[in-house]
Amino acid sequence: MSDATAEQRLPVQRSLAPGTPGARALDWLKRNLFGSLFNTLLSLVVLALAMLIVPPLFRWAVTNATISGVTKAACSGDGACWTFIRMRLPLFFYGLYPSNEYWRVDLAFAALAAFCVPVLREQTRHRMLFVFLLFTAFPALAFWLLSGGFLGLDYVETNLWGGLMLDVLISFVTVAGSLPLGILLALGRRSQLPVVRTLSVCYIELWRGVPLLTVLFMSAVLLPLFLPEGVSVDRLLRAMVALILFNAAYMAEVVRGGLQGVDTGQEEAAASLGLRWPHTQAFIVLPQALRIVLPGIINTVVDLFKDTTLVTIIGLFDLLGAVEQALKDPAWLGFAKEGYVFSAMVFFVCCYAMSAYGRSMERRLAQGQ
Amino acid sequence: MSRRHTGFGFGFLAEDTNFDIPFRLITWNVGDTYARALLVCVLNTLLVSAMSIVAATLLGLLVGVMRLSANWLVRNIALGFIELVRNTPQLVQIIFWYVAVLQTLPGPRQSIPLPGGVLLNVRGFYLPSFVGNDLANTLWPLALLLLLATPFVWRLPLRDFPLGPKSLLLLPAAIVLFAAGVGHMDWPELHGFNIAGGVQVVPELVALWAGLSIYGAAFIAEIVRAAILSVHKGQREAALSLGLKPRKVLSKVVLPQALRVMIPPITSQYLNIIKSSSLGAAVAYPELFQIFAGTVLQQTARETETMVILMAIFLSINLATSALMNWYNHRVALVRR
Repeated sequence: MSDATAEQRLPVQRSLAPGTPGARALDWLKRNLFGSLFNTLLSLVVLALAMLIVPPLFRWAVTNATISGVTKAACSGDGACWTFIRMRLPLFFYGLYPSNEYWRVDLAFAALAAFCVPVLREQTRHRMLFVFLLFTAFPALAFWLLSGGFLGLDYVETNLWGGLMLDVLISFVTVAGSLPLGILLALGRRSQLPVVRTLSVCYIELWRGVPLLTVLFMSAVLLPLFLPEGVSVDRLLRAMVALILFNAAYMAEVVRGGLQGVDTGQEEAAASLGLRWPHTQAFIVLPQALRIVLPGIINTVVDLFKDTTLVTIIGLFDLLGAVEQALKDPAWLGFAKEGYVFSAMVFFVCCYAMSAYGRSMERRLAQGQ
Repeated sequence: MSRRHTGFGFGFLAEDTNFDIPFRLITWNVGDTYARALLVCVLNTLLVSAMSIVAATLLGLLVGVMRLSANWLVRNIALGFIELVRNTPQLVQIIFWYVAVLQTLPGPRQSIPLPGGVLLNVRGFYLPSFVGNDLANTLWPLALLLLLATPFVWRLPLRDFPLGPKSLLLLPAAIVLFAAGVGHMDWPELHGFNIAGGVQVVPELVALWAGLSIYGAAFIAEIVRAAILSVHKGQREAALSLGLKPRKVLSKVVLPQALRVMIPPITSQYLNIIKSSSLGAAVAYPELFQIFAGTVLQQTARETETMVILMAIFLSINLATSALMNWYNHRVALVRR
């Protein structure tokens, strides 16, 4: 009798024996969703909420959405009108850049990618050389391509630059400018010289205490008043300078964290070998410190990339500005949701990729110790 | 600088204005001085900052704890929320709430009724308000006093022990006092083409509040998670082996230690929220930046002075907040002997 029951049970038991996929799935469900009464209730509530929210959202964004056609008339359904985004895509990416010169922007971005790859790869030999090239050769090349006006390329006014291209450009220039300044400020804050230290502390705390918007506004409104008569500095350039000065304070704090993380023995050993202060910092302390804070620097870059949208408020047409301009087009009124969701998604993809890279690097650094 | 023929000086603050401030906490009439406009704007900035700090802290704690939940769904929804919010620009979020959500709501005649007599339409939230009776002027301040006194009474020593949870009895007392002072409720209702009665919360404030608190909450959630994880596993195990109940372990052992780790990074998040309140300019919420860098600057053409005022006020609000949080941090920090 007992044998018979065991026999009957056996197939059932076998299919859920430990290690089989079915058993593992059941085990997973038990552990992660239905572990206790409270957990089960929680899962059911969350599932119910998801059923309420996800299907309408999916219907809006995918099932009932329109992407074909060329006019507003194509969007007759009650879903999202991606046609609007598709028609305005060049505006969102290039701003008002002349359309027959788009290849110059594309080429500049391809060059940026090409220069970045060896810098981001861990295995690259002579990585410092590529970092140096990224911050010297690339800007020169990009300036020639984007602005033109010499060596056979037509001049394109900065007023016409816009869209995502402007966000990326501003971010790059800001990083390239604020990182060296931030390193100097961080060194200054740890300096033995009281004047240098006080000045650095004041600089850092002052910039970190005011909103970025006031700083950008100052560059747009106040700076021209202080310049001598007849001298005018490009609005884009002024915004970039403001962003560099502002972000340098944040970079400085990140780098300072790294400098504190380098063992004092390193500095003492360098001093006992007879190295002077600049050499100690440049060859011993900074390389180690920057390695430690690279994830922190990437976080700052993500933040400042998101903050480039603020230039919209002082009248530059970055991606957000381009979306707002497109929304005002009388032929395409009423697609605010689509426009903002699209710009949010573009930023999400860029920022998520950057932060994921930063996190993976953080893990590798943690493993190394 | 001298191009505008006016010398540097703050005398203009005593001059009369000719613009309206659509949302304010204290009375404002067109024609009041610039100094009063400054006060109105500072209060608006403080209002939205305080509201956002409270909401961001509560939401951040919730999401941070959700992130550590044993439930897979809850854990990953929290993760998705954090990643989505942290990786999109704050300005896009604020404008999204304003233009794509609040501006698409129906007009006053098709107001959406919400529980508690609240009406929602394109002009914002309309909340029912309390109208006091004759005794309200004495009873309401008293109720507020009881509310504020609770944390102090909590620590009041009674036979060498703090009074503790018994002090919570003050809260119902405060509510009773408040209720005794209520004459009647003022319910928002449709009158003609608009809503009359109740308190209007303008959509600009709601959008800015939502944008600031949700963005701040995502960062605070990560801080909370990291802080709870940073408490050494041995602490929890030791407390459990001493026979403490799991809830006591959390409230007496893990959270107090996590709190110490949390405070400095959360302080900098609070400062970020205060600074980001200037993004109200993008949705025309009448805060400091919007009015002074916009209207006032255009009308007076005093670029330097308005910028100095703006920076000085933001700096002082930030320094004050940071000093307050440092004082709190000092109190809860481990005493090293």
